Amino acid sequence: MDPECARLLPALCAVLADPRQPVADDTCLEKLLDWFKAVTDAGSSLLLLQENPCLVELLFHVRKPQDLSSRILSFALRLAGTFAAQEDCFQYLQQGELLPGLFGEQGPLGAAAWVAPTVRSGWIQGLRSLAQHPSALLFLADSGAVDTIFSLQGDPSLFVASAAGQLLVHILDLAMRGPAEGRGPAEGRGRLQARDWPACARRIVCHLEDCLCSEAAPRVTQALHVLTTAFGHCHGLWTQGLWVQLSPLVARLLEKDPVPAPHALVELLLSVARSSVLSSDPGLWETVAQTLSHLSPMQAGPLAAGILKLQDCPQALRIQAFGVLLRPLACVLEAAAQAPGTPGLLEGAAGDQMAVDTLPPSKSVCVGLLCSTLAHLELLQPLPQRPSPWPQAPLLAAAVTILRFCNGSAAPSSELGGHLCAMLVGCVRVQRAALDFLGVLSQGLGPRELVTQVFAVLLEYLVSPDSSPTVLKKAFQATLRWLLGSAVPPSCCDLEPHAQLVLRELLAVLQKRLCSPCWEVRDSGLEFLTQMTRHWGGQATFRQALLASEVPKLASQLLQDPESYVRASAVAAAGQLSSRGLHAAPSSPEHPAGPQTPLEELLLVLTTDSEGFPRRAAMRVFTEWLRDGHVAVAEDRERFVARVLQAASGDLDWEVRVQGLELALVFLQQLLGACGPGAAPPCALAQALRALCRVQLFEFAFRSLFDCDRPVAQKSCDLLLFLRAKAAPSGSPQEAGESPDVAPVEAALRRWRAGEQGQPLGELAPEAILAVLRSLDLEALRDTLAESSDHVERSPQSLLQDMLATVGVLGDNEADCY
Amino acid sequence: MKLYCLSGHTTLPCNVLKFKSTTIMLDCGLDTTSTLNFLPLPLVQSPRLSNLPGWSLKDGNAFLDKELKERSGHVFVDSVPEFCLPETELIDLSTVDVILISNYHCMMALPYITEHTGFTGTVYATEPTVHIGRKRLLPSPLKDAVEVSTWRRCYTMQEVNSALSKIQLVGYSQKIELFGEVQVTPLSSGYALGSSNWIIQSHYEKVSYVSGSSLLTAHPQPMAQASLKNSDVLILTGLTQIPTANPDGMVGEFCSNLALTVRNGGNVLVPCYPSGVIYDLLEHLYQYIDSAGLSSIPFYFISPVANSSLEFSQIFAEWLCHNKQTKVYLPEPPFPHAELIQTNKLKHYPSIHGGFSNDYRQPCVVFTGHPSLRFGDVVHFMGLWGKSSLNTVIFTEPDFSYLEALAPYQPLAMKCIYCPIDTRLNFIQVSKLLKEVQPLHVVCPEQYTQPPPAQSHRMDLMVDCQPPAVSYRRAEVLALPFKRRNEKIEIMPELADSLVPMEIKPGISLATVSAVLHTKDNKHVLQPPPRPAQPTGGKKRKRASDDIPDCKVQKPLLSGSIPVDQSVQALERHGFSDIKVEDAAKGHLVLLREAETLIQIEEDSTHIVCDDDEVLRVRLRAWSSSSFRSSEGKARATSTSLDPCVLHCSCQPPAEEGKTRSWRVSGSRNKESAFEIPSQELQPEPPSLPSRHCLRRALSLYT
Repeated sequence: MDPECARLLPALCAVLADPRQPVADDTCLEKLLDWFKAVTDAGSSLLLLQENPCLVELLFHVRKPQDLSSRILSFALRLAGTFAAQEDCFQYLQQGELLPGLFGEQGPLGAAAWVAPTVRSGWIQGLRSLAQHPSALLFLADSGAVDTIFSLQGDPSLFVASAAGQLLVHILDLAMRGPAEGRGPAEGRGRLQARDWPACARRIVCHLEDCLCSEAAPRVTQALHVLTTAFGHCHGLWTQGLWVQLSPLVARLLEKDPVPAPHALVELLLSVARSSVLSSDPGLWETVAQTLSHLSPMQAGPLAAGILKLQDCPQALRIQAFGVLLRPLACVLEAAAQAPGTPGLLEGAAGDQMAVDTLPPSKSVCVGLLCSTLAHLELLQPLPQRPSPWPQAPLLAAAVTILRFCNGSAAPSSELGGHLCAMLVGCVRVQRAALDFLGVLSQGLGPRELVTQVFAVLLEYLVSPDSSPTVLKKAFQATLRWLLGSAVPPSCCDLEPHAQLVLRELLAVLQKRLCSPCWEVRDSGLEFLTQMTRHWGGQATFRQALLASEVPKLASQLLQDPESYVRASAVAAAGQLSSRGLHAAPSSPEHPAGPQTPLEELLLVLTTDSEGFPRRAAMRVFTEWLRDGHVAVAEDRERFVARVLQAASGDLDWEVRVQGLELALVFLQQLLGACGPGAAPPCALAQALRALCRVQLFEFAFRSLFDCDRPVAQKSCDLLLFLRAKAAPSGSPQEAGESPDVAPVEAALRRWRAGEQGQPLGELAPEAILAVLRSLDLEALRDTLAESSDHVERSPQSLLQDMLATVGVLGDNEADCY
Repeated sequence: MKLYCLSGHTTLPCNVLKFKSTTIMLDCGLDTTSTLNFLPLPLVQSPRLSNLPGWSLKDGNAFLDKELKERSGHVFVDSVPEFCLPETELIDLSTVDVILISNYHCMMALPYITEHTGFTGTVYATEPTVHIGRKRLLPSPLKDAVEVSTWRRCYTMQEVNSALSKIQLVGYSQKIELFGEVQVTPLSSGYALGSSNWIIQSHYEKVSYVSGSSLLTAHPQPMAQASLKNSDVLILTGLTQIPTANPDGMVGEFCSNLALTVRNGGNVLVPCYPSGVIYDLLEHLYQYIDSAGLSSIPFYFISPVANSSLEFSQIFAEWLCHNKQTKVYLPEPPFPHAELIQTNKLKHYPSIHGGFSNDYRQPCVVFTGHPSLRFGDVVHFMGLWGKSSLNTVIFTEPDFSYLEALAPYQPLAMKCIYCPIDTRLNFIQVSKLLKEVQPLHVVCPEQYTQPPPAQSHRMDLMVDCQPPAVSYRRAEVLALPFKRRNEKIEIMPELADSLVPMEIKPGISLATVSAVLHTKDNKHVLQPPPRPAQPTGGKKRKRASDDIPDCKVQKPLLSGSIPVDQSVQALERHGFSDIKVEDAAKGHLVLLREAETLIQIEEDSTHIVCDDDEVLRVRLRAWSSSSFRSSEGKARATSTSLDPCVLHCSCQPPAEEGKTRSWRVSGSRNKESAFEIPSQELQPEPPSLPSRHCLRRALSLYT
């Protein structure tokens, strides 16, 4: 600890121990604790306490019954735990009977302060820090803390209850690690019998056994949570013994009806199955299989999904789990079937009775089941270990059927179908989940007639006035994925004849959606248009269809939309359309004097739009145009860059300025990139520098070095570093001889650094630029910028000073009042 | 209680409720879909319509070819449209006491009922309903061509005025007494300006009539749901006609199609009613046109009542939703269409002649009537714009099938968009509403009890409640599924004071009462009996404890069988002589020969039969009240009928403690008897106590 901090510490301890001077800011205490943790990690806690007796005094002071705030008490408990983590310091504190006073019966445990959850939480965290060595185990056993932890598992505060469970696991691990590690691997699991376990561990395990046998579901849940944490975080061999000991009790839970704490049980089984130590136990897979068959579809879903994500597990179990996951969808298919005997998703399992058993009668539960099933399958689809063969066609049929139930277009003949229809119709949650799933399924192919149905149902959703904006967005996304999926393989840029038919209808829908009164709809419509143009802008059928429709004109009109998000999307769409030569003629009868080309239109947005989003979008489009060599840019690249940089440099939005620098970088790369990775030849460099001066890039870049927004300064730094690397590492004789006059530039830079932004840089000679670049310590600047913004203020000294100052101010106020 | 269903139309109902002795007509809707069978009425002769070929029978007989014209496979009547009236033969409409109107859509048949059926009652409706309805009653809109002979031509202006003069204006929550028997109250239904649901209740029965209600946030005051709770019967009509269309989605569709057409240089025609949904549409457009860059497009509203409709909507502040009400205090016009008019974006004209033809500029949006496309200025626009595919007609009113409405105009080049906007309750909202208000029984049109025929799998598109809803259809009479049991009788305070309740078992006290039952205006009051000249009972009793000495002297018998000997002695003490006692099958007969009086004492009743001699009656009463606490009923007759009437009064304590004293009277009467313990429905109430505890006495009275 540095001497200045040691000097401040007594005053701070006095403040903390004084109930009349409350510490207003909790985060200070947290930072203080972090600091002590760092100090004790780096050195001896014992030494720290001996050198700073005020700390021990603070801990002693806290023990006395008084009116201390619960925050300070909690802080002191955690602080004591941090110190006692080192065994010698623990002994030192034990000698003073300090620890029993804090963590034992005579501490806050029996006092009024115990009602505050923060104190209970501090007590647990203190013990958690403390329990690091065998002496701590003895202390825990003697002080009766373990019983308290047992009771805190049922604490009304969820944070406390959860921390209590974790502490138990920690203690168990600490207790078991000793004896288990003492044995060599050759001694094997057989020797790790329960009777060999330390007393402390036996108690905890007994407690867990009691809980597992309990009739009260909350107690079972607590035990399952503890075990889940234990098997998830501890990987010692002892966990094997624990599982052998407790797995019969866990299996017995399945005999009860209903199964208690099903969610916690699923979590536990998955935790065990994921553990490399335990998953070799064949009994485990049997229990998992039983669980799958005992739990309701809603409860078993997460377990089935978890099993299918495992790298190795028995094939039979995988088949069973996949069956569980598919069952709700199989029932949906069954319910929608016009005639019995239609091939379903699950062979042999279909039937009305199964459907009745699987699909819950309550709407909310049924919706929840379908949503979670779809989400699980969606996550599973792209995984390499997904079940094989993957039932692509029935899954597609199921997704389509669900979507048809949701929009009321399914016409089931069965009673179950009617019931399902009544529950699902208009349900936005299921619609969203099914559309997402349908989108994911686009990665696989399906039978021709099913793909036709997919597009038909997607179109229904896109056309329907009842589709909510979020559903519509998902429908657009899914449609795009299916269109991409149905690209003809050889060139991948041509659409299948079928998709081309869909395209016409899509454009008609898009036309209408772009006129929607709901801005979210207009926005998703524009995004869809941008994506379509990006992928098929060069394809003749698409171009023809698009140009025959009103879509380009409508998209261009949306540049004037009142909603800034829509304008931003319209800018992106206009940029993409213009890149492909698909833009509408911008002249409108209302504004004959308006901009005539897309470039002018977007420049107008960049210079006049009041919101940041459209301006940022315009900058992105310009950068893209410059990169791809857009026609309008290629005509006069320098003029284009100059105009854009001029607009961007004065923008109030830092993201626009960063984008401006990005564009400048692209320009720079285009000028010098052809010269290869190393330094550019002098003539090329000189030419480039002259061009850069003409577009006034340096004024923008140098100014940005001192931008009050750090990302702008960083970007500028990167840009100039790139340029410097391209310039010859040492000056050519020609340059050295002339020694350009850099004084005005440096003077301007100094003024900018001081915050005077108004000064222009004036005309610059390329030589002067290079000289200035070399004179600037850009690396140092980059390192400074890379530091976080509070690096100066984050020292422990400033923390202590801040805390003392805050309290001092409080004192002053108090004096003023009286 | 019966319900006579005069109309089978779900949203244009016309039902008659017989409740106690009142006859209440619930709404007076006119089914105007029959107009679709007629040819449009153009403003000027249309060669296109008049040159249509006549329709001839298959055998070539062309006797109807002047009247029936054919177009695109449809046959139309070439005449002034006629309407299909509600049933007029099911019940004698002259007996209807009142007509309750829920909203301006449901009063179109009013002149037919009030002017041609001998109706003499009152019509109740809210002010906006009458004002807006008045405008709708004018040339107004007809069903499958069945019973065409009953169709009628539209009423005259004179009939309209006469019908309207019979309306009495009411406000929400205003209680209207009908003959002292039934109270009716209008409640806000949230559907249209001044639209109401009605509560029809007596002291012990409550019927709710829900017609055209909405839970959406639109311009009218929100629906009052709480008052519908605890109904015995809830009559449910006027749900949305397009349950699968969500109004918000439809408004979006409307706006998108409108913008798309106008941006392409086309015109938009919106056939609509001059009030109602148009207010909300204009409000949405107000927000939308600027964002869609349509500020320069003119909106025209053409209707004979366009001006007054727009203006009236602004002054009915108290009938508007909270947001709009608060605007009035700012002060600002509650509807934004005022601003549209001010900025010349919205212009209104009574007709296409005059001002409109000068201002007319294309492309434009025109709102005009009638939504059936059979008459009104819309006919003109259909002719004018129908040939260009740039133009669009957007249907927003759900009352007419748009395909049928368009049939006489086929072939048509203009685009047709169907965006029906119906803000009335949908089935999901209904099931939530029913769960909340929990009526004992629900009565609704049969269409609501099964999924729509076109979507038979949509089990969600029907009223789902327990017990299942009772359904009705046109020309059906329903006996509503609940019985009236109780009648309220008030006790005068002085009479109530004199009661001496005796606790006969814990929590149940019993008292006998001698009183005169006075019935007037369907209100029943028990009054103290006229005092005899020389009171025998002494001072007035207030509390049982006050007159303990009295009781000791002469303790009247409260319950149990009457000791005959003691009664005879008491009669002698009261100055009766020549008394003869005979045994009868069920008890005893005491004959007072001198007084020509017969007293029948039976196990559970006693009858005294005497002449109509007031002095004698007073003597007898004095005897009876001193011997046992008898209950005596007397109906004050308003008729001259002298038929004897026997009144059984059984006195029972109230069922719940803490309630005001109410007494159940079970009566039977001779048919001609004058006093009004009404209706044969009043059944003797089975005693809630074992009969031995219950004193049942009867006095025979000659009135």
